[in-house]
Amino acid sequence: MTTETLLKVENLKKHFPIRGGILGKEVGSVKAVEGVSFEVKKGETLGIVGESGCGKSTTGRMLLRLIEPTEGKVYFEGQDVTKLSTGDMRKLRRDMQMVFQDPFASLNPRHTVEKILEEPMKVHGIGTSKERKQKVRELLEIVGLSSYHAKRYPHQFSGGQRQRIGIARALMTQPKLIIADEPVSALDVSIQSQVLNLMQDLQKEFQLTYIVIAHDLGVVRHISDRVGVMYLGRMAELTDSEKLYDKPLHPYTQALLSAVPIPDPLYEKDAVVLEGDIPSPSNPPSGCAFHTRCPFKMDVCSQKVPELREHEPGHYVACHLYTEEGSAAGQNKQPLEEGKYE
Amino acid sequence: MKTQEKVLDVKGLRVSFFTDEGEVPAVDDIDFYVREGEVLGIVGESGCGKSVTSLSVMGLIPSPPGKIIGGEIKLNGEELTTASEKRMRQIRGNDVAMIFQEPMTSLNPLFTIGNQLMDAMLIHKMGNKKQAKQRSIEMLKLVGLPRAEELMNDYPHQLSGGMRQRVMIAMAMVCNPRLLIADEPTTALDVTIQAQILKLMKDLNTKMNTAIMMITHDLGVVAETCERIVVMYAGKVVETGPAVEIFKDPQHPYTRGLIQSVPDMRYKKQRLYSIPGNVPKPGSIKQGCRFADRCEFAFDRCRQEDPPLYQTAEGHSTRCFLFDEKEETAHDNRNTVKS
Repeated sequence: MTTETLLKVENLKKHFPIRGGILGKEVGSVKAVEGVSFEVKKGETLGIVGESGCGKSTTGRMLLRLIEPTEGKVYFEGQDVTKLSTGDMRKLRRDMQMVFQDPFASLNPRHTVEKILEEPMKVHGIGTSKERKQKVRELLEIVGLSSYHAKRYPHQFSGGQRQRIGIARALMTQPKLIIADEPVSALDVSIQSQVLNLMQDLQKEFQLTYIVIAHDLGVVRHISDRVGVMYLGRMAELTDSEKLYDKPLHPYTQALLSAVPIPDPLYEKDAVVLEGDIPSPSNPPSGCAFHTRCPFKMDVCSQKVPELREHEPGHYVACHLYTEEGSAAGQNKQPLEEGKYE
Repeated sequence: MKTQEKVLDVKGLRVSFFTDEGEVPAVDDIDFYVREGEVLGIVGESGCGKSVTSLSVMGLIPSPPGKIIGGEIKLNGEELTTASEKRMRQIRGNDVAMIFQEPMTSLNPLFTIGNQLMDAMLIHKMGNKKQAKQRSIEMLKLVGLPRAEELMNDYPHQLSGGMRQRVMIAMAMVCNPRLLIADEPTTALDVTIQAQILKLMKDLNTKMNTAIMMITHDLGVVAETCERIVVMYAGKVVETGPAVEIFKDPQHPYTRGLIQSVPDMRYKKQRLYSIPGNVPKPGSIKQGCRFADRCEFAFDRCRQEDPPLYQTAEGHSTRCFLFDEKEETAHDNRNTVKS
């Protein structure tokens, strides 16, 4: 892994308008993503986790401009992609590809696998028809299918095989970055591990950089070098995967980790069951969005939004327990440094 | 509190679907039981027959094309496969209740929460309207919902996913059933909400001594909630035993593979174990052990004969020739499985 930055995201925002009334005037907005910044280094895997409505998928799509950002910048190899024309953007997508969650919905049922896989190369004008067909067969073998599968239709495959086709399609243009949105969540457990292993093999073989968006914390830990935790449109914590799972700093990360059922009946965990539901992103709480459910809430939390700051080298956290305002008021800091609840 | 009495006893159950392509066996000769007050987990991947099993107990198999073609289902000693539809209606909701995966689609959007909760009690003649209302409010409070009185007049769309699942649980518990069947109750929910619902179900299990049959694909959920486990694969029970033993010392190669292929959040493995091949379509394997094609220990006999269940310890049995004492080739392999 090099230290070269492949992708840099600065203060990315997306507000979806809510329209109402007879004239369809804008009456409010859903703040799906509210100022997210991060960097992805060449060859690494960044995991983005969070619960439904936290903006993780919207963030992923904005990187490719499948959803136009409201504000903010996305630099891919130093180039600001938010400024590109549609045509230039399309060219750039050769280097940035996406793998989708639902292997049933993301493949055209009327096209053969060959046609589906050939499409990205055609769009980008790569190779002759013969070369493309050759490449389709090669990639099918690489992702663990057989070249004779090229003539079949998507319905003839199982879920796991379809996800392999989705991955093969993303690889057709030899991209540098692959954004995978919940790549294994629709698959059975025994198939899930096959696809995760395949993704890791391909990363080594083709020096790929991954952004993996998922809600399953086990999957994310397994595949990621670094992990970002999102809550209601903001990044709550971002650090190395080892650090995040061993010593989470943000109270939300701590609660999230303790909520995951561990496949071991003898394992006793310090269960923190968070009260309440995730607030609506159309009307987020003031200050820190998590303060309504946080066991360490202080006065400052409902007034001021905590910024994502580097608490330790490489460990970013957005929580008042680790800011100056917070520690001035903070009596609660002690139990958190232990990384546990008491 | 726990007795040895069986609330539910299923023996030799066979359910088939009769389609244009012929008979598709979804559940093929399965045995299991649920003791009073215990939590039993039924684990398996898609198409293994776990949901069909639970629907058969409720008498809710869509017929045609589905049909129970053999076996018996005894609930509190009463045979359900031959019970009349009228009798089944009395049993459903009263003695056995069910909650489903999708709390969004299992509530009627046109009626208020109160209306739907009271319905169950009024149908089962558990009291008059006033008593029903009183009890419904109590149930909403019991499942941890705030402002229960106001909630009675709310419609399902006004609630979040977690709250809807709580309402579903309240509805299932309103007649105080002895058995609650939960089919993937937390699959559609977020992790923090899942933790709340699992805690609630465990509390109800201890407080009201309701037996729970938990159907899920998530081994984490099973490990956290269940005392005993039934592992299903392609319509068969492949292993059954106490949860602690199955996780510590899984016997069937499928169970082993399944447990190993789950990424554990506590530590990072370099590489995940994976079971080769795909989950078979129901009815596609006609002969031999259903798992033989994906099994690394399979030998000739596995492809020809259907293995019976072998008891390997008290209350722990597995459907695999590796545990046949007479099988010599199996002997070395078994040690490999164990190591």
